[in-house]
Amino acid sequence: MINLKIFLTGLQSLKGSRSPAIPLAACFIALGALLKDAGFNIQQSAASSLFTYALPGQLVMAESLLVGASIINIFIAVWLVNFRLYPMTVSLFPLLDHKSQPKWKYYLSCHFLAVTSWLIAKDGYKKIDKKHRIDFWIGIGIGTWSTAILMTVIGYLSADYLNKDMLIGLAIVNPVYFFCMMIGAMKNLSISIAVIGGTVLGPAIYLFSTEWALLFAGLIAGTIAFLFEGKNGK
Amino acid sequence: MASSQIIILAILVTSVATFISRFMGALTSEKVSVNSKIFQWFNCVAYSTLAALLGRMIVFPAGVLADSDLIIRLIVLVFCIALFIMTKKNLVIPTIISAVLLGVLTNF
Repeated sequence: MINLKIFLTGLQSLKGSRSPAIPLAACFIALGALLKDAGFNIQQSAASSLFTYALPGQLVMAESLLVGASIINIFIAVWLVNFRLYPMTVSLFPLLDHKSQPKWKYYLSCHFLAVTSWLIAKDGYKKIDKKHRIDFWIGIGIGTWSTAILMTVIGYLSADYLNKDMLIGLAIVNPVYFFCMMIGAMKNLSISIAVIGGTVLGPAIYLFSTEWALLFAGLIAGTIAFLFEGKNGK
Repeated sequence: MASSQIIILAILVTSVATFISRFMGALTSEKVSVNSKIFQWFNCVAYSTLAALLGRMIVFPAGVLADSDLIIRLIVLVFCIALFIMTKKNLVIPTIISAVLLGVLTNF
């Protein structure tokens, strides 16, 4: 059903000098503390990471609750900030596809799709035989997902011991990790244009529209990068 | 402070709003071939959307990070990326240093 050896290879991406465990721990500990502030109990905090497992969306939810936003507003705000998961899934899952694998594996494991797991999978899929890549992905997913849930609980429990300076320190770890991973992924011209263009346009469009910035910046910079690739015949 | 029912509803709504994008992605993937143009376009859009999110997280952060200075965040980011390249793409060292460095510079 699942190739255990390949699954464990995926799970082991948590170890070593490229481990995502520290940035995951940092941001979900900070989230746990924030959720406690927002009035969540420990079960609700764990459930949030269990069922959502997408940090920017969870941050939007917590902050919307703190300012008393309506449920429909929370839905729209979260959908907009997490819509990036759609192009991310479409740019990963075809690489993991194999006709011998059952569809339920894909339908269930898409829940593990988050920035961290995506970057690790994009970095390592080539080393895995195409037939078993989905099991590799499930290994990465279970590893990062369970770390996130555990760290949310730890963050909740340690909220009283974390001062503001410590929380600020924790909050920078995740963007730094992601940026390093993205720099590592800039192996050809089109990806480099996509990354640099997105980094510049994201904050620039945010000045005009806070909610639509990610979507527009991604579409514009991504399309420019794609056209560039087409022009160079690659 | 939000009531317990509102919190549970918010968790539910957030999870559904998030899963829709993932599941739609899984469905679309069935029709997309790795060698197609459309796959390459999605790949570029995915990287640039992610970069846009990260750029926003550094320049216009949400939450506690907003209390630090932009220039300090940029110094930390550039320093840690340089560290990442110098250490032959080690990710543990720059991530630990980033938290320490931001803490030190913010209180300097």
